[in-house]
Amino acid sequence: MKIKKSKINLWSTSTLSLLVLYTIFLIIPLFILLSESFVDRDTGQFTLENFQRFFGKKYYYSTLLNSFKVTVSVTAIAVALGTTLAYFFARFKIRGAKTLRILIILSSMSAPFVGAYSWILLLGRNGVVTKFFEGVLGVVMPDIYGFKGILLVLSLQLYPLIFLYISGALSNVDNSLLEASQNLGCTGAKRFFKVVVPLIFPTVLAGALLVFMRCFSDFGTPMLIGEGYRTFPVTIYDAYMSELGGNNSFAASIAILAIILTLIIFMVQRYIANKKAFTMNSINKIRPIRIGGIRNILIHIFAYVLISLSIAPQAYVIYTSFRNVNGTVFTSGYSLNNYVIAFSKMGNAIRNTIVIPLIALAFVLIFAVFIAYLVVRKRSKITATIDTVSMIPYIVPGIVVGIALANAFSRPPMVLTGSMTIMVIALIIRRLPYTIRSSVATLQQIPITIEEAALSLGASNIKTFWKITIPMMSAGIISGAILSWITMISELASAILLYTGKTRTLTIEVYTQVLRGNYGVAAALAAILAVLTTLSLVLFNKVNKGRDLSM
Amino acid sequence: MSVAIDIRHALKKYGDNTIIPDLTLKIKDGEFFTLLGPSGCGKTTLLRMIAGFNTIEGGEFYFDENFINDLDPSKRNIGMVFQNYAIFPHLTVRANVEFGLKNRDFNKKDIGSLADKFLKLMQIYEYRDRMPENLSGGQQQRVALARALVIAPDVLLMDEPLSNLDAKLRLEMRQAIRDIQKEVGITTVYVTHDQEEAMAISDRIAVMNMGEIQQLGTPQSIYHRPVNEFVANFIGRTNLIIADCDKDVIDVLGHKVQIKDLDYKGQVKVSIRPEEFMLTDDTNTINAVVKDTVFLGLNTHFFIELPNKQVVEVIKESMIDNMIEPGTDVYMTINTEKVNVYTEDGSKNLVIAYED
Repeated sequence: MKIKKSKINLWSTSTLSLLVLYTIFLIIPLFILLSESFVDRDTGQFTLENFQRFFGKKYYYSTLLNSFKVTVSVTAIAVALGTTLAYFFARFKIRGAKTLRILIILSSMSAPFVGAYSWILLLGRNGVVTKFFEGVLGVVMPDIYGFKGILLVLSLQLYPLIFLYISGALSNVDNSLLEASQNLGCTGAKRFFKVVVPLIFPTVLAGALLVFMRCFSDFGTPMLIGEGYRTFPVTIYDAYMSELGGNNSFAASIAILAIILTLIIFMVQRYIANKKAFTMNSINKIRPIRIGGIRNILIHIFAYVLISLSIAPQAYVIYTSFRNVNGTVFTSGYSLNNYVIAFSKMGNAIRNTIVIPLIALAFVLIFAVFIAYLVVRKRSKITATIDTVSMIPYIVPGIVVGIALANAFSRPPMVLTGSMTIMVIALIIRRLPYTIRSSVATLQQIPITIEEAALSLGASNIKTFWKITIPMMSAGIISGAILSWITMISELASAILLYTGKTRTLTIEVYTQVLRGNYGVAAALAAILAVLTTLSLVLFNKVNKGRDLSM
Repeated sequence: MSVAIDIRHALKKYGDNTIIPDLTLKIKDGEFFTLLGPSGCGKTTLLRMIAGFNTIEGGEFYFDENFINDLDPSKRNIGMVFQNYAIFPHLTVRANVEFGLKNRDFNKKDIGSLADKFLKLMQIYEYRDRMPENLSGGQQQRVALARALVIAPDVLLMDEPLSNLDAKLRLEMRQAIRDIQKEVGITTVYVTHDQEEAMAISDRIAVMNMGEIQQLGTPQSIYHRPVNEFVANFIGRTNLIIADCDKDVIDVLGHKVQIKDLDYKGQVKVSIRPEEFMLTDDTNTINAVVKDTVFLGLNTHFFIELPNKQVVEVIKESMIDNMIEPGTDVYMTINTEKVNVYTEDGSKNLVIAYED
C-alpha cells in the first residue's frame, strides 16, 4: 500500500503546484489588470471611465477598426496563398521543392518587424527599389507605409504557417478520394474547391486562427511601417508607456478589450471547427506528379515569385549588414564594421538571447510534459481545469502578457520587474500552450498498453514514466522544443515592456537600433539572429528525420 | 510458481453503466483458461481487473489465499500480453525482454542468461539486438510472450494476442502459445472472441455475454452441450427449429425422433448443427429442397429449405461427385445423439437438465 500512497503524492503534488504557479503568474496578474481597468485608482470606485474614453475618441477606437481591417485582410491573403502553395507542392512536382520548403519555413521564423524594416530599406522613401524606379525609369512607386505595408509584411510573414498546416492536412488526404472524384467527373480547380478544400477545412480554420492571433497581436510591424496607421497593440503600448509610473488603468482597459476580442474570435473558431470536425486516415498518400506545358510554368512562377518575396527581407538584411553605413545612409563599399560596432555595443544581448530562452525552454518542457501527462493519463476535474487555464495565454496578445506581468510584479509582495526572472516567466507563459498541445498530441499517440506492460513487469509508476513514457515522447518533445526555442529568441511583444539594459535581447536590440536609425548595427544584429534561427532549424530537420518511433 | 485465481462476486461499473454485475469464478492452478464472448461482453474488462488496470467496484479477487484487490499492478507478479503487443519501441528486443527482470532483484549475469533462455525458447534469439520496428507481427508477438514469461509470473494474462496476425501465423502462434504454456505450466487467462481459437487452446472455457458467465466447461462440453441458445449460436454454427416435445419424443416438422434423457411437454427449440443433419433415402423423414451448394474443399455446404420454408445449413464431407443441383428434392434425418433441445425461450438446455 506504500506504493499507492507515493503515487498519489507525486501526481497530486505536481497538479497542485501547477495550479499554484498558474494562479500566481497568470490568473492574478490578469485579475489585477481587470480590476485596474474597472476601478478608479483615486477613489477605489467601480468606473467605466476608461472604456468611455476609449470608445469616445476616434483616435482610440479607430485603432480597433484598423486592427480588424489588417487582421482580416492578412488572414484571408495568408490562407489563400498558403493553401494554394501547399496544394501545388502536394500535387505537382516542383523543381527544388526541398530547398523551397526550407526557405518557406525560414521566412516565417524571423521576427515580423525585421521584415518590416527590410521592406522599408527596399521600398521605403529612400528604398533601393524606389530609387531605382524613380531614378532610372522615372516611375514614382506607390507609398509602402501604412496599411499596405503592414499587409505586405504580415501576409508574407504568416502564409508559411498556413502552408505548414495545410501540407500536414494534405498528407492525411487519401489519394483515392481524388481519384474517386475524378472518376465521378470532377477534376482540376473544381475538384480543388469541391473535394480538397472541404477535406482540409478544419485545418484551414485552425491555421487561420493562429494567423489571426499572431497578426492581431503583432506589435513591431505596425510600429515600424504603419506610421500614421495605428493598430491596437501600438495603442496599448503607447498608453502604457505614456502612463509609466503613474496610473496604468487606461492601458489595462485596452488590454482587457484585446483579450475579450481574441476570446470571441477563439470561441467562434472553436464552434465552427467542432461542427466541421472529422478524422481522416490515408493509406495512399497524394504523390506529386510531373505536368508539362503552360500550367507547369505558371505553377513554378507562382511558387518561385512568392517564396523569393518572402525570403527577400532576410536576405537583404544580411546583405546590408556587410555594407558600410553612416546612420541611416548606406555608403559605398563593404566591410565587417557593422559587426565590430554591433559586438562592442551589444554588451550582453547575445548572452541574454541564449540564456533567457534556454532557461524558459527548460521550464516549458518540464511543465508541458507534466501537464500533458496529467491531462491525458490522469483525467480529473482539476487536471481539466489546468488544461483550460494553460490555453489562456494562447489568446492573450504578447503585449498584454507583458503589461500584466509588469503591473503585477512591480509591487510587493513580489518585485520582479527589471529582473531576468520576469523575462523568463513571460516566455514560459507565452510558449507553454503550444508545447502543451504538441506534447498532448504526442502522448495520445502512445497506446496506454505500453505503460501498462511496464507496470505489469514490475516497474513503478515513476519508473514507467521516466523509462517508458518520456523516451517514447522524446522525439515529439525535442522537435517541439526547437520550435519553441526559435520563437522565443525572436520574441518582441512581451519583452519590449519588461526588458532593462541588463536583460535586453538581440531581438529587442535590433528593434531599438532600427528605431534609433543605426541601420548598420541593426542589420548586423538581425543577421546574427537569422543565422541562429537557421542553425536551429537545421537542427530541427535533423532531429525530425532521425529515428522516428513507429507505433 | 503459479497460483489459482479466485474471483468472488466481482462488480464493475463505469459511472452508472454496469459492465459486470456479479461474477464468481475459480481458475485452477496451471490451467489454460479462456474468457470467450462477443465484443462488449466484459471479458477484457474482467482480465484487466485481474491485472489491476481496472478499478474493482465490488467483490474480492484472490491469488491463492492472497487478497489482491488493492495490490498495485506492478506488485501482482503478472505476465501480460497485449492485443497490440505493447512492445517498447525505443528498446531492443533483448532490452524489452530484460525490462521486467531489471525491476526485480536479479544480478546482471542471471538477467542475461534468463533473457537468453526465453529468447531461444521463443525462437527470437537471432533478432535480440534489433529494434522492434524491424520485426514482423509474429516476431513481435514472440517478444511480448518472452517478456511476459521471463519474469516467472504467477499468472499469464493474454488479451486477444492473436487478433492482429494473419490467418496462417495465427494457427502457428496458437500452437506455440499452447506448447509453451504446457512447458512452463503457468496459470493462464486468455481472452478471445474467436471460438475456434478458444477450443483449440483451452483446458476450460467460460463463455461470457452481458457481463455474465453463460457456461463454464471444457471445449467438448461447451460445443456438444451448450447450456442455452446463446452459447449454441456463439460456439460453432447451428440451426434452430421449433418443434413439439412429448416426453422423450420430438416432432421435427412431422418427423418424429426419440431423444435420450429428455422428458418435457410442450413447444421446444431444437438445435441441430450442420453436421448433425444426415441425408437419407428413407422417405419417412423430412422432405426438403436444396437451394444452393457451396464447395469449400474439405467440406461442402448445402443450403436446404425445409417444408416450413426455413433454410438450414448442412455440411457434408466433399466427395468426388456429391454436388447436388439446386432444386433437387432430398430427405433428411437428424443425429439424435448429438442434437440439443431448448425451452422455447432458449434459456435452458432440456437435455443437460437430465444429465445432471
